[in-house]
Amino acid sequence: MSFWEYLTTRRQQLLTDAFQHASAVFQCMVVATALGVLIAVLSYRSTWAGNLAITSTATFLTVPSLALIGLLIPVVGLGVAPTVIALTLYGLLPIVRNAIVGLRGVDPSLVDAAKGIGMSHTARLLRVELPLAWPPILTGIRVSTQMLMGIAAIAAYASGPGLGNEIFRGIASLGSANAVNQVLAGTLGIVVLALLFDAAYVLLGRLTIPRGIRA
Amino acid sequence: MPESASENTAAASAATSSAASSATSAAASSATPAAASSATPAASSATPVPDTAFGGAVSRGGASGATIRLENLTKRYPGNPMPAVDNVSMEIKAGEIVIFVGPSGCGKSTTLKMINRLIEPTSGRIRINDEDVTDMDPVKLRRKIGYAIQASGLFPHMTVAENIALVPKMAGWPRTRVRDRVEEMLDLVGLDPREFHGRYPRQLSGGQQQRVGVARALAADPPVLLMDEPFGAVDPITRDHLQDELIRLQHELRKTIVFVTHDFDEAIKLGDRIAVLRERSHIAQFDTPEAILTNPTDDFVSGFVGAGAALKRLNLTRVRDVAIAEFPTVGVDDPLQSVFDRLRQGPHNELLMLDRRGRPYKWLRRGDLARAKGSLARAGQLVQDTVTRDATLRDALEAVLTDSGGRAAVTGRRGEYIGVVDMETLMNSVHELLEADRLAAIEHQHQLEELHHDRTERELEGFGG
Repeated sequence: MSFWEYLTTRRQQLLTDAFQHASAVFQCMVVATALGVLIAVLSYRSTWAGNLAITSTATFLTVPSLALIGLLIPVVGLGVAPTVIALTLYGLLPIVRNAIVGLRGVDPSLVDAAKGIGMSHTARLLRVELPLAWPPILTGIRVSTQMLMGIAAIAAYASGPGLGNEIFRGIASLGSANAVNQVLAGTLGIVVLALLFDAAYVLLGRLTIPRGIRA
Repeated sequence: MPESASENTAAASAATSSAASSATSAAASSATPAAASSATPAASSATPVPDTAFGGAVSRGGASGATIRLENLTKRYPGNPMPAVDNVSMEIKAGEIVIFVGPSGCGKSTTLKMINRLIEPTSGRIRINDEDVTDMDPVKLRRKIGYAIQASGLFPHMTVAENIALVPKMAGWPRTRVRDRVEEMLDLVGLDPREFHGRYPRQLSGGQQQRVGVARALAADPPVLLMDEPFGAVDPITRDHLQDELIRLQHELRKTIVFVTHDFDEAIKLGDRIAVLRERSHIAQFDTPEAILTNPTDDFVSGFVGAGAALKRLNLTRVRDVAIAEFPTVGVDDPLQSVFDRLRQGPHNELLMLDRRGRPYKWLRRGDLARAKGSLARAGQLVQDTVTRDATLRDALEAVLTDSGGRAAVTGRRGEYIGVVDMETLMNSVHELLEADRLAAIEHQHQLEELHHDRTERELEGFGG
């Protein structure tokens, strides 16, 4: 069976896997973004808290993803739970780091001006600091998403959803007729998804970064 | 010049009387804090905070300024034995521009930022229109104090209109009123609302950004405006324009402006009064520019004034304040013969020809006419440089020095001819000015001595009783 024939016969299965893959990554990204920006907002003003946030999220990243998922299975069981937890933790680092760097990089004279014209703490954060830090935060989200696309494939190890199932099935049955096709389909699917997400982020940047600070 | 001198004394006497009355009102209000002591610490100031800015005086006067009193203001930073600002007391009158000028790091900016409490004072009080604002909610306080900083401080992600609308929106103005106000403010600072409304700060020149910065600071019509080296980052020519604009604006608005700069020439140009500050914000001298130039209290001040005090004095007087000489004129449409006659008969050997709208056009000399041969079209010398009545004597001197004939035409608002200044008139006026300044300085000295004398006498009496 050629690769093309494989794709057409297994279309239904592949599309479901791809959709679940994308959906898992997307949902974990939403959680990671909310959590990451929150951590950054709470810690960026203090030198040690900010550095602690960056270091601890970076530590997560050094744990091999297969090991982390393996460690999570005895605690939370198989399936969706370990996938979501692992993806969210891995997604945090680039977002937290970029958000802290972005928020700290806002011109101090602008913060001074915002205070000076009578903006409250919250108004300053929401109307001046976060909008100005948004481009680096968005970059962090992009990097995070690319990373999660790959890591999500490992989730199949814990019976998680997504294209990883194709890859694992292929690896398990190496030498059989469709083994290479399965691995190839899973991998290419992830690449295509990653490209689609990236395009979406470019569009999102166009729509959400104010014209005054667009590069 | 005598006019403005009398104005100064009038203002001074008004200030003393208002100080006296404010002292009594302060005493009256100090009886109430016991009643308010149960309130939350944020609102612990004795007077309730009204919605109008700083008490009644302003709501009656509309947009005009408020008095600011700093009492023993001190700022210490932890880990530093010396205070950054040490025990500053001063009174700034409603509607005047006071300039803080001093060397870098003397604490002038810190002192300014304590007025809107961007920097919280370690001790001392700040009163605005007799309301103690030292413990007021800083966010509320700052909405009633305009704030303009170096490099404009505009938010780059917002349009010009959004930047200006910030403070009125925060103050809860209705949308239509905010929109009208934005247009009005752009107009006020000399930018076309239709053209600049939707632009982003990076699409503006430095000078335009600074204008928008001032517009934003003034948008909610605060009685007080704080400016922290606002023109420090623009080129000299633009700075000059912006300074002129500020003078014009202040003429219309009469805000109380506190302005920080390290440029003494800027201080002289803009200030009603100048506070020369030395390290830790100690006031070396707090007086009118004229007094500081002609009578600096000590070496520090005279060092800061720098060389050429007499030349700088020229910046303080406008052409309108000195005698302008008459000059024989002819119209561009006058018959040739009458022009000839005027030149031959008159005592002058030169005429000023005006164009059809009465504006200076050409200088005509006798020799030019001899060569004219029946037509004046090519005769004479075109008027290169004119000065307005609002120009400083320094500008006038510049024009006179560069003019080949040693005179410059003075023009009115629409460019029409008013008179002529030349070397002689300028010299005479400068001599008069310096003489008047010297007399005023002597008188000032005399008053101080008298005051001192009175005080010693009173102390002696006190010891006796």
